[in-house]
Amino acid sequence: MSGEFRIAGKGRLTPARQARFSFDGKYYTALEGDTIASALLAHGVHLMGRSFKYHRPRGVVTAGPEEPNALMNVARDAARQQPNVRASVQEVFEGMKVTSQNRFPSLSFDVGGINNLLSPFFAAGFYYKTFMWPKAAWKHIYEPVIREAAGLGVAPKEADPDHYANRYAHCDVLVIGGGLAGISAALAAGRAGAEVILVDEQPELGGAAHYDSGLTVDGQPAYEWAQAAGARLAARKNVKVLTRTTAFGYYAHNFVALAERVTDHLSIPERAAPRERLWQVRAKKVIIASGAIERHMVFDGNDRPGVMMASAARAYLNHFGVAIGSNVGVFTAHDSAYEAAFDLANAGVKIAGIVDVRERPGEAVMAEAARLGIEVMTGQSVVTTGGKLRVNSMSVIRKAGGTQRKIAVDALITCAGWTPSVHMFSQSRGKLRFDAENQRFLPDVYVQECVSVGACNGTDDVSALVAEAFSAGENAARAAGATGDVRTAPEASTAYRWAGGMIGTPEGAGPEDGGKAFIDFQNDVCAKDIRLAVREGMASIEHIKRFTTNGMASDQGKLSNMHGLAIAAEALGKGIPEVGLTTFRAPYTPVTFGTILSHSRGALFDPTRKTPIHAREEALGAVFEDVGNWKRAWFYPKPGEDMHQAVNRECKTVRTSAGIFDASTLGKIEVVGPDAAAFLNLMYTNAWDNLKPGRCRYGIMLREDGYVYDDGVVGRMADDRFHVTTTTGGAPRVMNHMEDYLQTEFPHLKVWLTSTTEQWATIAVQGPKARDIIAPFVEGLDLSNEAFPHMSVAECKVCGVPARLFRMTFAGELGFEVNVPADFGADVWDALHAATEAVGGCAYGTETMHVLRAEKGYIIVGQDTDGTLTPDDATVGWAVSRKKTDFVGIRGLMRPDLTKSGRKQLVGLKTRDPKVVLEEGAQIVADPNQPKPMTMLGHVTSSYWSENLGSSIAMAVVVDGRSRIGQTLYVPMEKETIAVEVTDTVFYDKEGSRINA
Amino acid sequence: MLLIHCPYCQEDRSELEFRAAGEAHIARPENIASISDEAFAEYFFMRDNPKGYIWERWRHFNGCGRFFNAVRHTVSDKFVVTYKAGEPKRSLESLGLGTTNAGGAK
Repeated sequence: MSGEFRIAGKGRLTPARQARFSFDGKYYTALEGDTIASALLAHGVHLMGRSFKYHRPRGVVTAGPEEPNALMNVARDAARQQPNVRASVQEVFEGMKVTSQNRFPSLSFDVGGINNLLSPFFAAGFYYKTFMWPKAAWKHIYEPVIREAAGLGVAPKEADPDHYANRYAHCDVLVIGGGLAGISAALAAGRAGAEVILVDEQPELGGAAHYDSGLTVDGQPAYEWAQAAGARLAARKNVKVLTRTTAFGYYAHNFVALAERVTDHLSIPERAAPRERLWQVRAKKVIIASGAIERHMVFDGNDRPGVMMASAARAYLNHFGVAIGSNVGVFTAHDSAYEAAFDLANAGVKIAGIVDVRERPGEAVMAEAARLGIEVMTGQSVVTTGGKLRVNSMSVIRKAGGTQRKIAVDALITCAGWTPSVHMFSQSRGKLRFDAENQRFLPDVYVQECVSVGACNGTDDVSALVAEAFSAGENAARAAGATGDVRTAPEASTAYRWAGGMIGTPEGAGPEDGGKAFIDFQNDVCAKDIRLAVREGMASIEHIKRFTTNGMASDQGKLSNMHGLAIAAEALGKGIPEVGLTTFRAPYTPVTFGTILSHSRGALFDPTRKTPIHAREEALGAVFEDVGNWKRAWFYPKPGEDMHQAVNRECKTVRTSAGIFDASTLGKIEVVGPDAAAFLNLMYTNAWDNLKPGRCRYGIMLREDGYVYDDGVVGRMADDRFHVTTTTGGAPRVMNHMEDYLQTEFPHLKVWLTSTTEQWATIAVQGPKARDIIAPFVEGLDLSNEAFPHMSVAECKVCGVPARLFRMTFAGELGFEVNVPADFGADVWDALHAATEAVGGCAYGTETMHVLRAEKGYIIVGQDTDGTLTPDDATVGWAVSRKKTDFVGIRGLMRPDLTKSGRKQLVGLKTRDPKVVLEEGAQIVADPNQPKPMTMLGHVTSSYWSENLGSSIAMAVVVDGRSRIGQTLYVPMEKETIAVEVTDTVFYDKEGSRINA
Repeated sequence: MLLIHCPYCQEDRSELEFRAAGEAHIARPENIASISDEAFAEYFFMRDNPKGYIWERWRHFNGCGRFFNAVRHTVSDKFVVTYKAGEPKRSLESLGLGTTNAGGAK
């Protein structure tokens, strides 16, 4: 039995097709096509959640994606769990496990309900005023408790095993919304021959036809017509119909994002199917047919389970065959709610009465109500309700005051009117105008190639909206060049013409209505909160929104924005258009992270760059670190070694025999042309004219403001050819910097730049035995110290392949860097590595590279510098030519702040206790006993244990650092203060004799 | 996602292929080593930020790699025109957009 409130013969679901699911541990039978909400309502279950702040019992309010209350956790299995699922959207599948949220220990008995009693302390904006005292209580009591209590729903702990897909699509016409207007537009555009995509968020097309039993199109009931038209459209080669698909974002140049829910409604999804699919659509023309959203009446107690939208009651009855109660009250300002009463009455449900704030509702609906014997109370308001876990009464008064009349109900449906859904239009950056007569905002000025049709454009009359949409579809198709015959437009009619509608609180409810008249259900925002915000001085609607959190929940104010605006305008004494609406933002409804990420997860999140020698390093047992997108060998632990042991061994080995290191990730740029030297003169601080072919030099590159931007050794291969190197991380930005100047500042220079980072494999061999190691493999070059001194470069052959050999070192030893074409890198490494090991050397990684260079005081741009150091600050002022009349940064260096004293300068630090290793980033002070906040002189930029020196070493930037050499400074840490002596930055081989071996 | 017309490739390409490169038509001063602090600050730091038409540079980074100029409206994100590096600044008049860069959506 699919529920005692399922009415035989009503609805469109098939009684024989059933599915069982559980809600809070209790099992229910649903019909295929039920949502969780309709299935629960069929069994008379209205209590579906607890509200965010006050933990008030709540039921479902809508039958669609605008649902604010009935948010549930839906699980397939331990890993496939989704919190905050709207019960009015999620279709039931066999075996689904549903649990309610935000309640302990149970929905019906929730200790959080105490918040409701304490609600005077939780008025809007309470976050800014409470939990202030005592100050210490914040860290240990208030914050942890608030964090525990906050939020709706619990995130799953298991990784998401599903996969998500992504497609790009181009079309002539994108129709957003598959109701009567959308289908009509798609029919015209499709018949004309345009490429059309029609998208609707519901499982079937039809929109309002789901609930509006009075609609007919071309003589057929509208719902049937919609299914048939949809099938004809889908059969066309030039039309794609996507259901269960939400257009959630409208971006620049008619780029619209769609989220298609592929498997969430299926009990056993196909294994290969993605759970969701992101469509990124570029459309020549967009037709927005997004309809209108019903809003609720605002009165005290309007949030009890059983109080819901009138059209939701109609949808549950006419589509799902479910009666939402057996004694239903109606409170309305609009004619459409009457049709809900008629449908329920005709299905055998008692209508307790229709309360209408208007003195004169529509004549036709009044007549029908009379004919059905339904009492209508005009000019009256519902001022409160009764009931705890279910509404059980409504209290009615005349507008002008008077006694309350309490009427028993077990459900109460309300309608304050219909708000055109202008979200997509607004996201397209169009401007709205306020239609004062109908109290609504409508599209006005378009900035993109789109058009709004139907209810979202203010065209409510059903025959007019079909014609308007059909015409728009034809126009859009023609504009795209389609020439087919569109034939005739459908003709639609409806039983009643609707009128009415209001925003804000009904008269007679009083300005200071005690109790809670909810405008935003999900964030528990009441009418009085808006008034409080205005009293507190919030005058902008954006401030009122954030102060009260109205419209900031996952439903984004679909029901509440207009009410909030009306109440704010009244409180401010301003007109509605003057106060205005807050900005509409994507996504229109929540989108899962998986859909956005698609396949960009795990290993595919970012491209991984590996050098040609990577596999060899892996085979040697290297542990890798990430340097940007690169994988670099960090250290090579021998069996039983931890990182420190490995690094210490590598450091000692390099300086006692030799080490071999993969430097392939460093950037390389080939600079070629008659003006190559002139160009490099402009890009670097150094003078390159006097660098002869066959020599290389360490270059410093600045930004125009004089700060160090990058560095690297530059080799001159010929008069017109330079082999430039950069830092690993800086390669692309240095190339970009050079191209910028070359293309746009110095285009007259005859020089060409080519990135060769990936074309050369670079192998460094460093240490006293370096020459012995490589010599047997080098052809065509005299490697003696006299013929090939430090900072030389030459073309030769290494292991029989063409190479560029640099004599240079970042370790401060006799050293060489072998550059061979990348494809030969692994094999050349094999040969050189074997030779290195044969003399007692070893492979070393980036950690050892860092330690060795720090022992020599060589800077690392981006670690010891941070974009605010000049060359002089960074100990490389010697690299700045004093003779050149122009280079990038020349003028910046002259700025007063860059030449004054008191700048931070890079120095060395030795800890008084040599075993203590400083932490990088630690702050440095002169007097450790000064009161806080202390005057900080600088911070530690690099810090290591040096096995070669038997002590810790560090580099730091310190105010007037060089004048403090010899002084003792202090590094205050959480548990201790470390004394340090300021030194220069070179700790090892100050004379540099090892380099020149 | 913007569509940007590369004047070198002569095609509309998605913004994913481009990098924004700041305000256009800012020439590096001649004899930059001898200009005043104020003139340097003006050159290096001061940039326009109009609610209206902006002259800016883009680079077709994942394409031909060239820098070029563009006129774009900062509210509607509509590109009015793109043109090659080195070409003179296009005036609003020459683009049929009146003479003053008044704000507001276009």
